[in-house]
Amino acid sequence: MSISREEVQHIALLARLRLTDEEAERMRAQLSAILGHIAVLQEADVSDVPPSVSILPPIETFRADEAAPSLPPDELLANAPEREEDYLRVKAVLE
Amino acid sequence: MTATTHAPAETDYEIVIGLEVHTQLLTHSKMFCPCAADYADDAPNSHVCMICMGMPGVLPVVNQQAVEYTLMTGLALHCSIPELSKFDRKNYFYPDLPKGYQISQFDLPFCQDGYLEVEVEGALKRIGVTRAHLEEDTGRLLHRTDAYGTGFSLVDLNRAGIPLLEIVSEPDMRTAEEARLYMQKLRSILVYLGVSSGRMEEGSLRCDANISVRPRGQKKLGTKTEIKNMNSFRAVQRALEFEAARQIEVLRAGGRIIQETRGWVEAKGITVSQRTKEEANDYRYFPEPDLPPVHITRAWIEEIRAKMPELPDARRERFISDYGLSPYDAAVLTDDRAWADFFETTVASVTTGDPTTRAKSVANWVTGDLARLLNAHGQEIVTSKLTPAGLAGLVNALDAGTISGKQAKELLERAFATGEQPADIIAREGIAQVSDVGALETVARDIIAANPKAVEDYHKGKGAAVQFLIGQVMRQTKGSAKPDIIQPILVRLLDALKG
Repeated sequence: MSISREEVQHIALLARLRLTDEEAERMRAQLSAILGHIAVLQEADVSDVPPSVSILPPIETFRADEAAPSLPPDELLANAPEREEDYLRVKAVLE
Repeated sequence: MTATTHAPAETDYEIVIGLEVHTQLLTHSKMFCPCAADYADDAPNSHVCMICMGMPGVLPVVNQQAVEYTLMTGLALHCSIPELSKFDRKNYFYPDLPKGYQISQFDLPFCQDGYLEVEVEGALKRIGVTRAHLEEDTGRLLHRTDAYGTGFSLVDLNRAGIPLLEIVSEPDMRTAEEARLYMQKLRSILVYLGVSSGRMEEGSLRCDANISVRPRGQKKLGTKTEIKNMNSFRAVQRALEFEAARQIEVLRAGGRIIQETRGWVEAKGITVSQRTKEEANDYRYFPEPDLPPVHITRAWIEEIRAKMPELPDARRERFISDYGLSPYDAAVLTDDRAWADFFETTVASVTTGDPTTRAKSVANWVTGDLARLLNAHGQEIVTSKLTPAGLAGLVNALDAGTISGKQAKELLERAFATGEQPADIIAREGIAQVSDVGALETVARDIIAANPKAVEDYHKGKGAAVQFLIGQVMRQTKGSAKPDIIQPILVRLLDALKG
């Protein structure tokens, strides 16, 4: 089981990581090894196991729709790298 | 691009449109945390907690009401509701999405395979609803420039985590008008159900469209574009008319359509290409590990079904059968729940006439003068100062002959402007129509004496002279006498003079 250098770069891009060629090659080898390790699961015979969407049992009850106080902005924004008044400030986003 | 706004009605191309509609749900709290969902006009980041801020280690908890509203909408759209549903993570980076992923639904949405019907040129057309699923809204970005001209963005997360219902249609619409009608019908249903405010202009209800064209008879769909930024029904229709014409023009010129997102620019009446994403969307959906799957019990479905209010189609039919309204009036009055409620409340308070006359009279006032005033003042019927009780009082006074039609119109305008009850104005100002024949006769004699020329004209056979004299009498009585009462009196007196 192996993945290509291009796939590694694509995944890196999606994760907003910049990899050098050496790093990409190291990741390619490591990710391939991990996938190979996990691939053992493919060998299990699950022909008589019903498909499942989760290991958790389904829930039937939920949170009641009641509002509660939020965090004070000063507390909320205490760790914000940049702040302007009560907004988070970030680099320009073009839309 | 110089495409004309209107494609010719008959062209050799067929237009194919599908809509993706998002609506915020009218819950008290957010989708996965208890922050208050009503954030309109509140200070930035004043409705945010650790959960909707996306702090590490916090756990989302599903809002029951949001699920119920989703299921209710699904039932209204004739969807099937699977017993098992789940939430998934949709991964992408954007500053309005604090977690780096949106909790949404991928392969097991709450509702699927439904439809709604719209009336196109007198015939019912069924538009398929592929699915309706629940997700969370994102934050809001404000774009600014600093003193050195460098752009930056400000993030307000009050909106982040508001329950958002996405309703995806089949590509079943063939004209821009059909798309608008679908959108209007869907809004109407959502507002009737009480799950959405239906306000497109405020962004609580949003519409994106996928549109393509293909030569008539061709099975394969053409390359589509996605149209965004349509903030009104009118914008939906105009944007799609423009885009269809643009695509047809490109193809006729031998070009090809590029799959891209285009934004509608209202002021210019055109769609423009937004940055084409070089990477195809790759959201790497996977089941949300922080939320167990959801079992929708059949008992719950039946409970919700029992709670469903009357929907627009049923109400329209009832207005026709119970009130004897014309299909047109019934459609106008039931399109918006608030209008239908206003109408029914008013009719219930009118005491004169038989039920059909009553209903017709109220329908005329609501769809006529009141609609005109609301429109002219940019007001909503729910906040109208003229109340159903006020309008009922007006109709009662008019039907009883206490006031004339002209007076009624004036009273309606005053009540609309001041919020006073028309009945109170009538009582206070002694406005009442002169229907006392003796009093009118005195006035008529004075008018005849004062206008010998008109009297002479009448005697020469000029019938129009009577209209002039009626006008004079009405002026004298300040409009409180009805012309159809004045006329016979005048004619009798004039004929007697001729003797």
